[in-house]
Amino acid sequence: MTEASLYLLQQIINGLTIGSTYALIAIGYTMVYGIIGMINFAHGEIYMIGSYVSFIVITGLLAMGNIALPVTLFAALLVAMLIAGTYGWSIERVAYRPLRGSNRLIALISAIGMSIFLQNFVALSQGSRDVALAPLISGSVLEFGSLETFAVTISWMQLLIWSVTLVTMTALTLFISRSRMGRACRACAEDLGMTNLLGIDTNRIISLTFIIGAALAAIAGLLLGLYYGVINPYIGFIAGLKAFTAAVLGGIGSIPGAMLGGLILGVAEALTAAYFPSEYKDVVAFGLLVTILLFRPTGILGKPEVEKV
Amino acid sequence: MSQLLLDVNELTMRFGGLLAVNSVNLKVKHRQIVSIIGPNGAGKTTVFNCLSGFYIPTDGSVMFNGEQLAGLKDFRISRKGLVRTFQHVRLFSKMTVIENMLVAQHRHLNTNLFAGMFKTPGYRRLEQEAMDRAVHWLEEVNLLQHANRAAGNLAYGQQRKLEIARCMSTQPELLLLDEPAAGLNPRETKELDELIIRLRDEHEISILLIEHDMGLVMGISDHIYVIAQGTPLADGSPDEVKQNPDVIKAYLGES
Amino acid sequence: MRGTLYNAVFSAGITLILACLMLGVRLSAEGTRLTVVGAGADRWEWILAGVAVVFFGQLFSPRLDALFGRIPKPSLGALKPQDSTLKRLKPWLLAALIVGLVIWPFMVSRGAVDLATLTLIYIMLGLGLNIVVGLAGLLDLGYVAFYAVGAYTYALLSEYFGFSFWACLPIAALLAASFGFVLGFPVLRLRGDYLAIVTLGFGEMIRILLNNWTGITGGPNGISGIEKPTLFGLEFSRRAGEDAQTFHEFFGIDYNSGHKVIFLYLIAVLLVCVVIYLINRLMRMPIGRAWEALREDEIACRSLGLNRTVIKLSAFTLGASTAGFAGCFFAARQGFISPESFIFIESAIILAIVVLGGMGSQVGVILAAIVMTILPELAREFSDYRMLMFGLLMVVMMRWRPEGLVPMKRPHLELK
Repeated sequence: MTEASLYLLQQIINGLTIGSTYALIAIGYTMVYGIIGMINFAHGEIYMIGSYVSFIVITGLLAMGNIALPVTLFAALLVAMLIAGTYGWSIERVAYRPLRGSNRLIALISAIGMSIFLQNFVALSQGSRDVALAPLISGSVLEFGSLETFAVTISWMQLLIWSVTLVTMTALTLFISRSRMGRACRACAEDLGMTNLLGIDTNRIISLTFIIGAALAAIAGLLLGLYYGVINPYIGFIAGLKAFTAAVLGGIGSIPGAMLGGLILGVAEALTAAYFPSEYKDVVAFGLLVTILLFRPTGILGKPEVEKV
Repeated sequence: MSQLLLDVNELTMRFGGLLAVNSVNLKVKHRQIVSIIGPNGAGKTTVFNCLSGFYIPTDGSVMFNGEQLAGLKDFRISRKGLVRTFQHVRLFSKMTVIENMLVAQHRHLNTNLFAGMFKTPGYRRLEQEAMDRAVHWLEEVNLLQHANRAAGNLAYGQQRKLEIARCMSTQPELLLLDEPAAGLNPRETKELDELIIRLRDEHEISILLIEHDMGLVMGISDHIYVIAQGTPLADGSPDEVKQNPDVIKAYLGES
Repeated sequence: MRGTLYNAVFSAGITLILACLMLGVRLSAEGTRLTVVGAGADRWEWILAGVAVVFFGQLFSPRLDALFGRIPKPSLGALKPQDSTLKRLKPWLLAALIVGLVIWPFMVSRGAVDLATLTLIYIMLGLGLNIVVGLAGLLDLGYVAFYAVGAYTYALLSEYFGFSFWACLPIAALLAASFGFVLGFPVLRLRGDYLAIVTLGFGEMIRILLNNWTGITGGPNGISGIEKPTLFGLEFSRRAGEDAQTFHEFFGIDYNSGHKVIFLYLIAVLLVCVVIYLINRLMRMPIGRAWEALREDEIACRSLGLNRTVIKLSAFTLGASTAGFAGCFFAARQGFISPESFIFIESAIILAIVVLGGMGSQVGVILAAIVMTILPELAREFSDYRMLMFGLLMVVMMRWRPEGLVPMKRPHLELK
């Protein structure tokens, strides 16, 4: 294989890695939009909080010494999911539920306000500068290609990301399709009013949706925090925008769509960063968003909607 | 004028696997009141949506004054003189009654920005004409005293009348009314009755209406079309339709 | 009683979970190592106080709700005098206002005049976005992009081609309008939320482009040394450039650096008056009515023969041109611009001004702009918490008074 094609393969591998984390965050957007038809503007901030909590737990546990790394990471994961889930639940109760019947713009303003509040909350309590964690997982699992030209590597970190996201998405899919709560979620996404009339407590389901979305975002926060090694209070904004793009790309309201959209976006970004100046990789997300909204607004896996007059 | 105002042939609308409208034929002459009736869910509003351009029909032709409308966009069709109302009243609720009337006449006004900025004589004349037309129609439906009230604050029956008056101010040739009597009490229904007849006789337009109120339909229609499950079932004068066994079966079921 | 006690304990517990790690501990860097330290006793006091507030708040929530319910919602509309008196007094009030605005800067400090100029810029921006969001109901979260276009237009034209400020004003407005047209054309048919995100993305994209096109825009360093506006060629500096004369020389008075500030302020007043007049006219023209009708019910508009694409585009473009106007002035006033001035939070602030002011209402927007610009100055000690309070304010206002400070009043039309 030529060097160019090895390089390309590496970019695709990197892209799939980042993309699967975008997918995790995108699922939160798509589930909330599917059920109450609004964009949770503050979702990106939940991802950011998740990464902060995981850093805190990891650092704390490492300082105590003698705790195995997998245990530390797992503990960080659980705590981050718990706390982020609580944030997700609280945001819905405080900023969204009271505005349930109002018009779109009002709910959007409230969401934006919440997002700004959370960003600055973390900036004030944890400092607005970058927080860096020494790499915990290094080294590569697999290498191929000739070492003189270019070697494609898959690192342990990437393997971790893939396995965690795979397990998470499988668990989520099983939950949505098999469990009773999952069925209720799907019913609510189809027709909230009708589900309510059937006696299901839709408020509970909506809260659950927010909590699940938040927990997934927290997982992404942990993974990306470890991958990049650096976090700050403002990473939620751009991550949120990209994850939303991924959700729309795959078809808003569709969980498999969010997964697909995330992977596509991740690869597109990695390829852009590899062959063009890297500052423009953020522009790729926006370009993809506009393109998909112009030509297939319901997304790749979405169903075309008919306007009811 | 022997030419048909509206000539609809084999109108068909398919949504994926669902055949909502199946080869419907309609003919409306000038100065005629035509009704479309049928059981609920029969696809009548879908027919309206196809005629007015809110849906692009899958098949069929819609000739209006000799011009093909099928495939045109909604606002273009309405500019040609075919306007419609909706099952659920669609007013500009936060705007006043008179503003609703003026907005409807948008295309008759001078929308050139400079003309408006400098209040040229041409601009002012058109604005005055629109205001006169608005006042005339509000008087016709007895709503002039509410001219500066927010449209959303009117009583339901008044809102229905305003919707019709608003359509009339666009100087249409064919008015499509979607269940205009829904939710009206007997007195209001009688007022509506008289208004529709006045529109045909004094203002020389034709009206195509969807209705469930049989009293209204039988009383004022020149011609009736019956549609069940998107398919034409029968058509004829009110008496013919009343006695048609298929129609009776569709409404009342097998005896 | 048991139900409320459960609620209180539950809510307190939630608050504790939210606060314990995010507030209660701090990540700090010791050298290159990351450590976690307790955030200090005073932080924990705040946390416990917060938990207690939530606990007791939930416990006594019915009584507290009744108490808050009795606080009257501010109704600035009630302060307005009778319509007929208002009509008689209106020309006098307007004249007095204009005279006051013109005389006032000579009597106060430079800082106050500077602040007033900033407020006037935000008033312009608010009025422009009001067309898009308030009147036409289009959710635009990327308004700052047009502001940037206007600013960079003047900066670049003045630096590379020597265009004067007054010549650039219409050019900046026109260029911003064309950006609005190009963006609006594909995007305005999107549903509300999508439109919001796409415009947000567009705003970010413009900022990224400005940041990276170092050759033309100076990148993160921006453009400095932008020419200040002149009064018919008279410069407001201590010494004139070649072939030019200074203001103080022409009038034979001593140089005072305050003149420049007051001159800028007066230009701002002029621009704002022009914008207010133009928008007022537009609102009473068919196009203004069409904007509002579109916001109310787009389907009804289509059924009446209104071309929604043209109407939406006109709102978007005119709003963009106002931002371009304001941007040009902003560049002239600052003398220096960089992409840092055109971040998303600016769009959010301007949006907040429109929504808090009362969508559509010009008076409301002006008031909201004044409040949003002056309040942070008054609360200088809390400047760290400024953005935090801003976010909180947005959430609270939407729950408490979503229609804004001055809900729009319909014009009373004469039926001649």
